[in-house]
Amino acid sequence: MLTIKNLHAEVEGKKILKGINLEINKGEMHAIMGPNGSGKSSLASVLAGRDSYTVTEGEVWFNGKNLLEMAPEERAREGVFLAFQYPVEIPGVSNLNFLKTALNEIRAYKGLPALEAREFLKLTKEKQQLVDFHSNLMNRSLNEGFSGGEKKRNEIFQLAMLNPQLAILDETDSGLDIDALRIVSNGVNKLRDAEKAFVIITHYQRLLEYIIPDFVHVLYDGRIIRTGTKELALELEERGYDWLKEELHLKESV
Amino acid sequence: MVNSNEIIDDIANKEYEFGFSTDIEMDMAPPGLNEDIIRLISAKKNEPEWLLEWRLKGFAAFKKMQFPKWQHFEMPVIDLQSLCYYAAPRKKKQLNSLDEVDPELLATFAKLGIPLNEQKALSGVAVDAVFDSVSVATTFKGKLKEMGVIFCSFGEAVQEYPDLVKKYLGSVVPHSDNIFAALNAAVFSDGSFVYIPKGVRCPMELSTYFRINAQNTGQFERTLIIADDNSHVSYLEGCTAPMRDENQLHAAVVELVAMEHAEIKYSTVQNWYPGDKDGKGGIYNFVTKRGICKGNASKISWTQVETGSAITWKYPSVILQGDYSEGEFYSVAVVRNKQIADTGTKIHHIGKGTKSRIISKGISAGRGDNSYRGLVSVGPRADNARNFTQCDSLLIGNQCGSHTFPYIESRNKTAMIEHEATTSKIGEDQIFYLNQRGIDSEKAVALIVNGYVKEVLNQLPMEFAVEAQKLLSITLEGSVG
Repeated sequence: MLTIKNLHAEVEGKKILKGINLEINKGEMHAIMGPNGSGKSSLASVLAGRDSYTVTEGEVWFNGKNLLEMAPEERAREGVFLAFQYPVEIPGVSNLNFLKTALNEIRAYKGLPALEAREFLKLTKEKQQLVDFHSNLMNRSLNEGFSGGEKKRNEIFQLAMLNPQLAILDETDSGLDIDALRIVSNGVNKLRDAEKAFVIITHYQRLLEYIIPDFVHVLYDGRIIRTGTKELALELEERGYDWLKEELHLKESV
Repeated sequence: MVNSNEIIDDIANKEYEFGFSTDIEMDMAPPGLNEDIIRLISAKKNEPEWLLEWRLKGFAAFKKMQFPKWQHFEMPVIDLQSLCYYAAPRKKKQLNSLDEVDPELLATFAKLGIPLNEQKALSGVAVDAVFDSVSVATTFKGKLKEMGVIFCSFGEAVQEYPDLVKKYLGSVVPHSDNIFAALNAAVFSDGSFVYIPKGVRCPMELSTYFRINAQNTGQFERTLIIADDNSHVSYLEGCTAPMRDENQLHAAVVELVAMEHAEIKYSTVQNWYPGDKDGKGGIYNFVTKRGICKGNASKISWTQVETGSAITWKYPSVILQGDYSEGEFYSVAVVRNKQIADTGTKIHHIGKGTKSRIISKGISAGRGDNSYRGLVSVGPRADNARNFTQCDSLLIGNQCGSHTFPYIESRNKTAMIEHEATTSKIGEDQIFYLNQRGIDSEKAVALIVNGYVKEVLNQLPMEFAVEAQKLLSITLEGSVG
C-alpha cells in the first residue's frame, strides 16, 4: 500500500530525514518509536504534505501513485489520514459542518454523491458510539476550547468518519491520562480491519500495551535503525534508546 | 503544491464581476460645483422653493467646512470642481409604467441580477433602481400602495408627498452635519423614500439598487425612511459600479425615523468597484447613515456587508431617544488589495432602559487596511442603559492591517457597557489541517470566513444572506496566508 524509498527531507535547510525505507501493507499496524528529535513527526508531516518540508531525495508510492506529487488535500482524498499531534482550533466552524464538508469532498473525489443530511447524521451517531465521542462536542466549533484529551479523541472520531486506508497517528497518546488513553486505543482497535493500515508514532511503549503492533521501527537521526516486533518495544521500555545508539555508532566506526 | 504566495497573487488578480459599463444617452450637467448647478438640479427636478433654499443652506455650510483629519487613512485629493453633479439617462418622454423604461437600462439591471420586470422579480422584494443620479424604476409600487406603504424615488416623493418630506428631511442628518452630508444636501439628485403607516407591517422586503455608470460623476443620493407607530419594515440596498481608472465619489445620506414601537431593519450589501490590485480607481464610499428611535420601544437595526469601494468610510448610527428603544449594528467589512475601510457605528443612549448591540467583523487580506471605529455614549437620563460590543478582526496574509478605535462615554452610573475584541489570523496551520481532511485551500478559507461572519449574515434577509455569502467567497477567493 505504502512504499517509502530512501526518503530524504529537510526543513529550513536542516536535514531531518536521511534515507527512510519502509513498506506498509494493508491490514498492518506499524509503530514508529524513537527519541525526541529523531524525525518521527517530520516523517508524518512529509507524508501528509506539509508545506514547510522539502523532499530532497527519494520516493513515496501510495497504491501505485506518486504521493509526493500530490497536494495535501489530494493525499487526504486518496486515503491518507494524519491524526495531528497538536490539532488546531478553528473558531466559528462547527465540528459537524467541518466533517460534512470533508466527507463530501472525499466522496466527490471518488465520484460519489454528497451524503444526505439524514444519512450523514446516522453515520455520525454510529461512529460517535464506536469511538466513544461526546455528542455535546459535535456542535461546538472545531476543537475550540477542547481539552487536550478531547482534541485527541476528536482526531480519532474524524478517523472513524472519514475511514481512510492509511492512518498515521502522530503522538496521539501524548498528554492523555490513562482513561483517555484507553478510550483512544479502543477506538483504534475497533477501526482496525484487513483493508486499513496504521502507523502509530509514539514516544512511549505505554500505548502499545493497548494497541498491539505487527512491527516496531526505531527511528534515530532521520533513519530507521532497527525493525522488530512488539518485543522490541518492551526492550526499549526497559533499556531506553542508548544501547541502540551505541550499537549504531559502533557499526559506523567499524 | 500551491504555496500561499501564489494564492495571494491569485486573489489580487481576481477580476471585479460587475465592471461593465452601459452605453446610454445621458443628460449631463457641466462639471463644477456652484450655486448655478444647484439651481439647475433643483429646476430639473421641478422642486418647490423650500427645497432649493434647503439645498443652498447645505451649500453654504459646505463652503465653511474642511475635510476631517481624524480618519485612519490618508485623505485622497478629490477635485470636487471637476465632477459632474447631475447625470441622468435621457428620457424620451414621461414614463407611466415599467414597460416604458429604456430596454438598455432594464438589460443593465438584469445583468446585475436585479430584474425590474415584476413577473420576473424576486417574489417578496420590491426594488427601486437608481442609475447614476436618478431612480429609473420602482417595482411593486401599486401593490404596496394598497396597504398605504409609500415606496418611491425621492424625486417623486418631493412632488407627491411634500409635507412628509419637508417634515423629516434633515431631521436626523442635518444639512450641516458633516462636510459630505452638507455636500449631499446641496447636490443630492435622487434616492428612495419610504413611509410605513401606523400599524402596518410592510409585506415585502424593500430594496434600492444603486448603480454608478457615467464617468466623472459623483453619486449623491438620499434615502429617507419613516416607520410610523407600530409599523415594521425591512429595507436593503445594493450597489455596483463599472471599472474605471478614476476614483468616483459616492456621498450618500440615509435617514431613518422610527416612531413608537416601530422597527426598521436596514441592510446593505455594498459591492462598489474596489479599484485594481494596485489601488488604481475605485469608489470613495463616504456615506452618512443615521437613524433615530424617536418613539418608545422602537428599534433600528443596521446590517452591512461591505466588500467593495476603494475607501469605505461610514458609521451607521442610532440615536436612542425613546425610552426602552433598541439599536443594533452588525457589520462585516472586507478589504483586500489596497482597499481601505474605516467604519463602525455610533450609538447614543438618551432614553431610559435603552439597549444596543454592536457586532463588527473585519476581514483584512492583501494590503488592505481595516479600522473599526465606534462610539457608545450614554446620557444622564439613560438609566439602566445597556450596550454589548463585540469587535473581531481576522487577518489573512501578513501585509494587511487591522485597527480598533472604540470610544465609550458614560454619564450615567447605572449604565452597563461591555466591550469584547479579538484578533485572529487564518493560519497556515488551520489551512493545512483542513487540507489534510480533503478540503482544498479555497474551500478552507471560505469555511473559516463563513464561520467567522455567520452571526452577521444571519441578520440579513434570507435571499440576500445567500448572495452575501457567495459575494464573500468570491471576494476572498484564494486569499490564503
